[in-house]
Amino acid sequence: MSDMNQQMTARYKNNFLKEIEQQAEMGEWVKMCMQCGVCSGSCPTNFHPGWQHPPQEIFMLIRAGKRDEVLDSPSMWMCTSCYNCYVRCPRKLPITHIMHGIAEYAYRMGRAPKGQPTLHLSKTFWNNCTKTGRTNEVQLTQTLYFKDGIVSGIKKALAMQDVAIGLVKAGRLNIMEALGGGHKCKGAKGIHAMLAKARELENQRKGRAA
Amino acid sequence: MAEMKTAAYICKGCELGVRLDAAALVKAATKDGKMNLVREHDFLCSADGVALINNDIANEGVTHVALCACSRRAKTEAFNFPTVAISRGNLREGVIWIRPDSDEARETTQEMAEDYVRMACAEVKAMKVPEGNPNTGTSKTLLVVGGGMSGMTAALEGAKTGYKVVLVEKTGALGGMAAKLWKRIPNREPFKAPMDNGVADLVAQIDADANIKVYLNAVVAKTAGAPGRFKVDIAVESGPTVTEDIGAIIQATGFTTYDMAKLPNLGAGQANVVDQLGLEALARAANGGPIKRADGKEVKSVVFVQCAGQRDATKTHLEYCSGHCCATSVKQAMYFKDANPDVDTVVLYTDLRMPGNNEDFYRAAQNKGVIFSKGAVANVSASGDGCTVKFKDLILNEETSADADLVVLATGMVPTTGPDLDQLNEANRAAEGGDAAAKEQVIQMMSKSVLNLDYRQGPDVPQFKHGFNDSHFICFPYETRRTAIYAAGPVRRPMDIAQAQEDATGAAMKAIQAMENAGLGRAAHPRSGDLSFPTARLEGCTQCKRCTVECPFGAIDEDEKRFPLFNESRCRRCGTCMGACPVRVISFENYSVNTVGAQIKAVDIPDEFSEKPRVLILACENDAYPALDMAGMNRNAYDPFVRVIPVRCLGSVNTIWITDALNSGYDGVMLMGCKHGEQYQCHFVKGSELGRYRMSKIYDTLKGMNLEEDRLMDLEVAITDIETLPKKINDYAARIVEMGPSPFKGL
Ligand code: SF4
Ligand code: SF4
Ligand code: SF4
Ligand code: SF4
Repeated sequence: MSDMNQQMTARYKNNFLKEIEQQAEMGEWVKMCMQCGVCSGSCPTNFHPGWQHPPQEIFMLIRAGKRDEVLDSPSMWMCTSCYNCYVRCPRKLPITHIMHGIAEYAYRMGRAPKGQPTLHLSKTFWNNCTKTGRTNEVQLTQTLYFKDGIVSGIKKALAMQDVAIGLVKAGRLNIMEALGGGHKCKGAKGIHAMLAKARELENQRKGRAA
Repeated sequence: MAEMKTAAYICKGCELGVRLDAAALVKAATKDGKMNLVREHDFLCSADGVALINNDIANEGVTHVALCACSRRAKTEAFNFPTVAISRGNLREGVIWIRPDSDEARETTQEMAEDYVRMACAEVKAMKVPEGNPNTGTSKTLLVVGGGMSGMTAALEGAKTGYKVVLVEKTGALGGMAAKLWKRIPNREPFKAPMDNGVADLVAQIDADANIKVYLNAVVAKTAGAPGRFKVDIAVESGPTVTEDIGAIIQATGFTTYDMAKLPNLGAGQANVVDQLGLEALARAANGGPIKRADGKEVKSVVFVQCAGQRDATKTHLEYCSGHCCATSVKQAMYFKDANPDVDTVVLYTDLRMPGNNEDFYRAAQNKGVIFSKGAVANVSASGDGCTVKFKDLILNEETSADADLVVLATGMVPTTGPDLDQLNEANRAAEGGDAAAKEQVIQMMSKSVLNLDYRQGPDVPQFKHGFNDSHFICFPYETRRTAIYAAGPVRRPMDIAQAQEDATGAAMKAIQAMENAGLGRAAHPRSGDLSFPTARLEGCTQCKRCTVECPFGAIDEDEKRFPLFNESRCRRCGTCMGACPVRVISFENYSVNTVGAQIKAVDIPDEFSEKPRVLILACENDAYPALDMAGMNRNAYDPFVRVIPVRCLGSVNTIWITDALNSGYDGVMLMGCKHGEQYQCHFVKGSELGRYRMSKIYDTLKGMNLEEDRLMDLEVAITDIETLPKKINDYAARIVEMGPSPFKGL
């Protein structure tokens, strides 16, 4: 992994802005920020202890070439996708998407914080839904409930049981999913092929090894 | 002139007839106003009403007309009778519109109206029809001093309007600073790339224009005379001095750059540090190719340091923002990026100021990859083959640094104005006292003079802040304190080319207007078209020189016998001289100590038991009086015990009016005038300040009369105070009631 980081810094001659512009989704927008601070002022996670750098600062850090500080930062993982900043930015930067783009790139570079709950959910969700082309809600919730062990998992499940029963009664949750049943796409294979092709194209576009 | 025959007209239109007792108004005009002829009309400004008045003038020999209808600011086209003296009793905006239509208000409203009728009658009887300034000059040639962007634009705009222009340029070529630029900041869509500096085009237009006469390598050696008849000596290097007849003057002498040698901490003196003008030279040398340093090395990284020696709170360097340099750095960063996108360009700024469409230009630079960092630069030092710029990153809040092959300093503009008149006066005084160093200083300062005016008040137009020419920022940007002399471009405030060209166009139009007015013997703005002018009854003059010193426009010289000598066409008709004169010998035909004094006396002052106080308001006609009118239009009611008299300027208020008013039983006097001082809004620049200074002396008189200080109230009024002004009047009226009636009542 650290190899990959070295390769990238070498490829971009330590020009981290260029690296982000080409490697992170929506990264080409970073240079357009005019440092007004509206996004930081709008962000609901602003006063959260995990919130190291608001978007404005992340963008500044990128321009200042602070690669480690950005990629290791927990900040972009804190984004709740509320889109407050996105709609308010006077320069029309798609900030929410940039935050996710940078987070995703940090993950690829092996720099995502360990045990980060957003990362855990994202990964779980991705694996869950790409498997059959449809989300398996029962398994998804189970994985999330039991992420911190059996006891806490049971506690969470019990606390939510009324909601679950309601959902089942309304036909919104299929218990059979627990056993691998439930809704699925007809051509899971086709979906897997599609995703593989998409990845290949992306790697090509970004000049990454497959 | 024919014998005086007076007439008053009472209008009953606009509900005046419903709200007021017209018969009683007629009586007031006849009995108290002693008018020879008094008529009522249902709709005075109608064709029929106007015809009635015209008929009286033509067939009844009426010479003085008191129109008791609406404000003097309304219906001026209908009520245009140039051959007679006219006064206006403001019954509409000044009475019925500011009073509630109720039974209990009826009596005081009627009293107010009757007073205004009496005042209008009294005023007009003290007036004469202005005959116009006989001392006119008819030269219609425009002189433009300075051949840069502003000067060339002013010359062309003047010429295109059909006027002859004389353009004087100090150097051997037209173009000024703009000619030194490789390209200019864009001034049209899509605002994305630097544009041609435009100099060649303007020079070609000037060369092709038969109306424009250009003097190169020339300076103005002497400016004598007055608007419409200036005699200007133009000294041409290695040639005879030429004298031109000039009607009006535009000073467009531009700026020089702040001396970067004064910024050693920012790398002044280092080989790889240049100012913005220095970079323009490098860019011109590169001619679109990669930009090279003085030593021939191609620049691969460049840092721009904004606000270098500008916006300096310590006041060591320039205190102001030059306005153009942020956009200029953006433009220059593009020079690099356009030639080679791989050049690292970093702009270090504390605030990036991109007025107007420059915002698009800024965005275009970001798109091209120019990096903008909010940082305060501490110093620039030589390191290796280039420079290191130490700065504090203001977003990340940390000390850091950047290396670059070349550093560009955004230094500011220093206006090319003549000597500061106050300093010059001081040096002159010391020199007259025999101080040799001061003599030297005077010679040195005079060598900087731009216009070499032979005015008693000094050789150039007065300066305001930071050495820029005075100009009325808010209302009349190009006006200076010398009539028919206009300042355009960076000589009056920092600006970029686009703004300077706009300025130059505006100044050219104003200058043309001033020449035309001067030719017709009329005032320039703000009393544009006024035919009256001040005269002094010299038998009474004590030669105290207050008028000469106080005139904000340098209109008064001294004759051989040391009496004031008015230059009518330099005069703006503000009346400051009239207000200043301690023996009250200065007057205008239609505005004098008497026209106002008679109005003050015409008001009926009820006795101390009536519980009807009287407050005199002297309101500036430029801002306060229109604000009062607009308060009326909005039906914002105010106290019925005030009586308003418009004055040309607070500067024209003679203290006698106030002491007379208080002596004759008014309970209070309110002065309303424009803001003065650093942010002045006075239309006559210094008038309200001088007036207020004069009034501040009255408080001693009040003490002598055993009157409370609050009997005199000075209020700063802007034209926008439509809502607040009525409230302030009411507050003051309440304060007067609290104080009780003036002890002078009924004496
Ligand atoms: S709101 Fe937009 S322009 Fe402003 S700091 Fe945030 S990202 Fe930058
Ligand atoms: S979308 Fe994300 S970064 Fe933007 S305001 Fe919401 S939480 Fe903050
Ligand atoms: S225009 Fe920009 S660089 Fe120039 S003084 Fe103003 S803020 Fe500073
Ligand atoms: S003080 Fe005003 S009115 Fe008097 S001469 Fe000067 S400009 Fe004219």
